[in-house]
Amino acid sequence: MKLSVNGREHAVDAPRAARLLDVLRDELGLKGTREGCGSGDCGACQVLLGGAPMAACQATLGACEGAAVTTVEGLEPKLAQAFFDEQAAQCGFCSSGMLVAAAALLRRNPAPTEEDVKRALDGQLCRCGAHPRIVRAVLRAARA
Amino acid sequence: MSVVAFTPEGRVQVRTGKVELGQGLHHALAQIVADELGVALDAVDLLPVDTAHSPDMGVTSGSKSLEEAGAALRAACAELQRERSARHVGRPLPREALRVLFAGAPVFIHDLQPEGLLHGRVLHPPGPLRSAPAGALRDGDLLGVLAATNAEADAAVARLAAAARWDAMPLPPEGPHELPHLPATVRTVGEHGTPQPGVRRLRAVYAKPWMAHASIGPSCALAQWAGDRLHVWSHTQGPFNLRRDLALAFGLDVAQVRVTHVPGAGCYGHNGADDVAFDAAWLARRAEGRPVRVVWSRADELTQSPQGPAMRIELEAALGAQGRIVDWRHTIWSPGHSRRPGRAATPALLGAWQVAGAKPAPPSIDMPLAVGGGAERNAIPGYALPAWQVRCHTVATQRRSSALRSLGALGNVFAAEGFLDEIAHATNRDPLALRRELLAHDERGLAVLDAACRGWAGRPRRDGWGHGIGYARYKNTGAWCAVWAEVEVGAKLHVRRLRIAADVGLAVNPDGVAQQLEGGAIQATSACLLESAKPAHAGWADYPILRFADVPAIEVALVPSTEPSLGAGECSLGPTAAAIGNALFDALGVRVRELPFTPERIVAAIDEGTPT
Repeated sequence: MKLSVNGREHAVDAPRAARLLDVLRDELGLKGTREGCGSGDCGACQVLLGGAPMAACQATLGACEGAAVTTVEGLEPKLAQAFFDEQAAQCGFCSSGMLVAAAALLRRNPAPTEEDVKRALDGQLCRCGAHPRIVRAVLRAARA
Repeated sequence: MSVVAFTPEGRVQVRTGKVELGQGLHHALAQIVADELGVALDAVDLLPVDTAHSPDMGVTSGSKSLEEAGAALRAACAELQRERSARHVGRPLPREALRVLFAGAPVFIHDLQPEGLLHGRVLHPPGPLRSAPAGALRDGDLLGVLAATNAEADAAVARLAAAARWDAMPLPPEGPHELPHLPATVRTVGEHGTPQPGVRRLRAVYAKPWMAHASIGPSCALAQWAGDRLHVWSHTQGPFNLRRDLALAFGLDVAQVRVTHVPGAGCYGHNGADDVAFDAAWLARRAEGRPVRVVWSRADELTQSPQGPAMRIELEAALGAQGRIVDWRHTIWSPGHSRRPGRAATPALLGAWQVAGAKPAPPSIDMPLAVGGGAERNAIPGYALPAWQVRCHTVATQRRSSALRSLGALGNVFAAEGFLDEIAHATNRDPLALRRELLAHDERGLAVLDAACRGWAGRPRRDGWGHGIGYARYKNTGAWCAVWAEVEVGAKLHVRRLRIAADVGLAVNPDGVAQQLEGGAIQATSACLLESAKPAHAGWADYPILRFADVPAIEVALVPSTEPSLGAGECSLGPTAAAIGNALFDALGVRVRELPFTPERIVAAIDEGTPT
């Protein structure tokens, strides 16, 4: 099956029922999308499917046919730069998901309020407590 | 004008007051400077002595020049080195490593993909194994699978779990209020002074539940055997301890085991990182020299990792005629807070307890107070009290307890600071004024308390709002930390703001320090609002942690210091939990003494009314 990821077409040799998460990490070697829970509850594996955020552990390869997948590796650099400028991570395991969720927000709302950001990131868990910096990073990226 | 200085071109100019007479003095002094500064000899220029810019060192004679000029230059170089290193130390320099992380680079142990990698999963049955499908890898009660891909490993272990049979071993209740009824050994942790009976006694019981580390990334390890040599890649907190226990588990000499640390997700203490390393090594034995990666599922992470244990803390105080504390007793019931690998005669690794012929598992213990203690951490008062006693019952539980960020300090500071607040209320003292009086002997503690509580006298009073203070010097020897919490109780308890002040000595990276203080405070807030781990909890829906909407606004005030640097990673938890509990009392007039402050507990406290 052909899968479009970050603007490139890939020929993927995996069953249509395969998890998109496994295809990205193990077939395509894109390790940035991380597995935190496998049940769609933590946000660590967020990707954009046709611009809409979704958990890659809950998406099948087949469901992605004909749609463009964007992973953390394919986001615009200004988001990563804003996260870097705010030092918005401690262990960083949640960061990929945060960046993708933030990208989804900024695509539909380029000028979010702090409340907008918190609501958009509600499904993203962080245990280290980088929340305040992550919010500042997204607001900073919006202003960039 | 300094006697030793770098030029813009990177050369070193040296001004001495002793002259070169052909005796080679300047050359020798240049050698000294080159060594002291770690520069090339030919980069050092000794300037000719000139009354316009050289120090007056009298006459170059009497065989004293090397001794005097050499000593002067060594001192000058040492000072120059300190100034040079201050270009980095003390500044909030950004972590460059985060750049590649934010670009999605493969930085975690989960991302390692060596040649020939096999994927493994291990089943740790919660009770004795009755039957397992033929073909399953098995040793005693331990079961495992090996597969070519991660997805196949997931599928294989699911089939294995469905087909295997084991005896259910329901755990007895071992929450904070069951602890006093379980087998225990008791010790006096410390005591001071002569207890007076006073004219009034207060007593309260505080409690905290079992808590999970709840790492966002599950535990993961890789292992590979080459003959009888084992190499393990792990995100363990203690590579040498893990190495020692792996050697014990597999009957090897430590020289045959190598442990390489690779970053995992935040662990906040002893989570499953060491156990999964055993799992990988056990499976890799069956992989004919190929590397094996084992990653735990979210359910494994929650049900199998060690956890921070429940604590029951009883506080009693006697007050004299003027309301002064004349006796203070802090008694703890808790399982041990450490079951880390590498410290006992048998391995402290989950899988090692389940193989055939397994040696008995070491118990959970508390390290001696001199190296930080465990359950008793921060139970000894940091305030100036005329008499006090701390006792600790180490309780044996079936649930596995081990180190979770701040160990006993979260519970002990929550309890002691809550009780101190109760005393303040009972004696009509302002909570800040009372603490200031009891910290008169501790200048740095006082400064931290004052920094956190700037503006306390004028704090805004609104219906349903409350303000509370928490203070502790971590481990009584570490960083000082005070927290002022502002809460609002409406339909639910909302922590609006935290001001955290800390003295960590010289802050090597002040932004890094702030991160740790914030992180600890957010975890403590989560503990106050949400967390209570039950053995059956298997996913985020069962064990919620704080989300963006509920994270308070946080302000950090670092007390500037050039004293020796102190760790900042754990000092904010206890004070934050205490401040929130005290703020809740301030808001509602009722005291909730057990974490978490669920709506049910708050309502129950209101219904019962708190005896004052």
